[in-house]
Amino acid sequence: MAQVFHHSTNLISRLTIYGFFVFIIVAGFIPYWIDGSPYVTEANVPKVQPVPFSHRHHTTELGIDCRYCHTSVEESSFAGLPPTETCMTCHSQIWKNSPILEPVRESFRSDRSIQWVRVNALPQFVYFNHSIHINKGIGCTTCHGPIGEMPLTWAENSLKMSWCLECHRHPENNVRPRDQVFSVSYQPPANQAELGKKLVKEYNIYSLTECYTCHR
Amino acid sequence: MESEPLERGAQGTQAPVIEPGYTISTVTDKISSIVLAQRRRPGWFLGFAASFFLLLVLLYAVTVLFAIGVGIWGVGIPVGWGFAIVSFVWWIGIGHAGTLISAILLLLHQKWRTSINRTAEAMTIFAVLCAGMFPLLHLGRPWLFYWLFPYPNTMWYWPQFRSPLVWDVFAVTTYLTVSLLFWFVGLIPDLATLRDRARTRAKQIIYGFLAMGWRGSAVHWKRYEMASLLLAGLATPLVVSVHTVVSFDFAIAILPGWHTTIFPPYFVAGAIYSGFAMVLCLAIPLRKFYGLEDFITMRHLNNMGKIMLATGLIVAYGYMMEAFMAFYSADIFERYETLNRMAGPYAAAYWSLIAFNVVIPQSLWSRRVRTSVPALFAVALVINCAMWLERFVIIVISLHRDFVPSIWRMYGPTIWDWMTLFGSLGLFLTLLYLFIRYLPMISIFEMRSLVSETQGETR
Repeated sequence: MAQVFHHSTNLISRLTIYGFFVFIIVAGFIPYWIDGSPYVTEANVPKVQPVPFSHRHHTTELGIDCRYCHTSVEESSFAGLPPTETCMTCHSQIWKNSPILEPVRESFRSDRSIQWVRVNALPQFVYFNHSIHINKGIGCTTCHGPIGEMPLTWAENSLKMSWCLECHRHPENNVRPRDQVFSVSYQPPANQAELGKKLVKEYNIYSLTECYTCHR
Repeated sequence: MESEPLERGAQGTQAPVIEPGYTISTVTDKISSIVLAQRRRPGWFLGFAASFFLLLVLLYAVTVLFAIGVGIWGVGIPVGWGFAIVSFVWWIGIGHAGTLISAILLLLHQKWRTSINRTAEAMTIFAVLCAGMFPLLHLGRPWLFYWLFPYPNTMWYWPQFRSPLVWDVFAVTTYLTVSLLFWFVGLIPDLATLRDRARTRAKQIIYGFLAMGWRGSAVHWKRYEMASLLLAGLATPLVVSVHTVVSFDFAIAILPGWHTTIFPPYFVAGAIYSGFAMVLCLAIPLRKFYGLEDFITMRHLNNMGKIMLATGLIVAYGYMMEAFMAFYSADIFERYETLNRMAGPYAAAYWSLIAFNVVIPQSLWSRRVRTSVPALFAVALVINCAMWLERFVIIVISLHRDFVPSIWRMYGPTIWDWMTLFGSLGLFLTLLYLFIRYLPMISIFEMRSLVSETQGETR
């Protein structure tokens, strides 16, 4: 009887056998890459807003403090989104006829909030508190990135659990002096390793990695 | 050589492992014709249809389960582990005989394993598949089952390695992988036989593909021997380890009735007990309907009866020690738990368990029972039911009344529990029917060598 398969099929069978192990490894990492990529997390993707608000202009160029708009960041879990009145404190005086700010004035006239598009969305099963991070010396830009250089705002980080854990496991890598928390131009000093250890001790920072720290 | 006739004389009182009169080619014809012959078997179709119907019942029950949630089952607090886990442990236990027969008996050179090992291994794989399904079904969010594996994930999350439930995942998947490999490697020479005997092109290609280029050269046989010995060596510790790990699911918990050091050996013995009972339940009808009485002889049935008796006694010892330790510990919760088993609301389950699993199998002491096919079949069936009851007793009776009387509740299965249980039987039997239709249920090449080895005896 003739052979059922040509002997060249030996190559295919070898490739299948070795390829299987390669496939298993690659197949494990492909979802990991996709899930962590900006395609899914929308990190580094500037959001189109009803008003093209520029953090760069308001912070770096004008020097307005973060807390002028995000008023509750030191006391509350939520940093706070400014009401239209906050915008109007200035914009009733300057750029008051600018067509680009018409949605702001419209919001003020009609007493209806501007429908901002959320930039950093955390799932509902995660408990997160801004005030504790601020009070333990984690700066705004640590998580929100170089906000002072963003003409339109984007999320700097993926907000994946791996990203949270990176800092929760080693807070000394990111902690800064409390008086620098709201600085948008702060750069970690060369001796961050040393300073971080000192501040962690001084501010009583614990590496909180229990499940119930965030999933309450 | 003087002692040899004596030994043969001693063996002569036993039935042979293969009836006399077979040659290498008649053995091959007989087994391969079951797969390759075009003859229609209405019995097969009927059995397959019935099993497939049960499989559809499972599909329906599982669909409703996924659509609505585990609330459709009878489970709740405190009995969070109901039929699903009872059936999981039952199936995984059944899956133990295959590897025992093929690995341990291979290493011990027990010739009588030859004609039953293929079916037993297939049974193992199908039983492990049924078993593996249940823990996933009982998850609240079954679509996240892959969280049990340490896979690369953006949560930087590992499974909880301190939990025996995670050990279970590794034990069962390892067992399935090794059993599957062992079964497949053993099939390769036979698949080549089928390839060579197949008359249609499609069959030649399919069996030829599966035979992986087997030509039966000396190099092939050498590698085959090495591979099967290595796999047997790998599988041997698994026979003991898998059910040990399953028993840890219970023994690690502090619940009275679960927190017992005797669990690992007692579970392993119970697993082998139920495994052999299931092999008998399958082998007896198979040899009858396919006329394989010459290959699966009374010697096999007798030996399996003896193994059931031995493992059954270990299990009975386990029951005895559980009760004794509850008394001896002087712990009120342990004592109450045992009393609750014997005289509580589920006492009927406990006493039927004792009757089915301890009393009835004692009949296997009798040679007449062990050599009577209907009696052996009946005992094996009873043991299979009893082993399911055993897990019910351990899981449900222990859970339904634990430390705090205010949360004591009764547990009762719903129609969905029953449908899933019988549906899993459908899955098992469907796979089995496909197996006996498309693969040789007895190892052809091992039977051939058995023919030449036993020629001296049978003449």
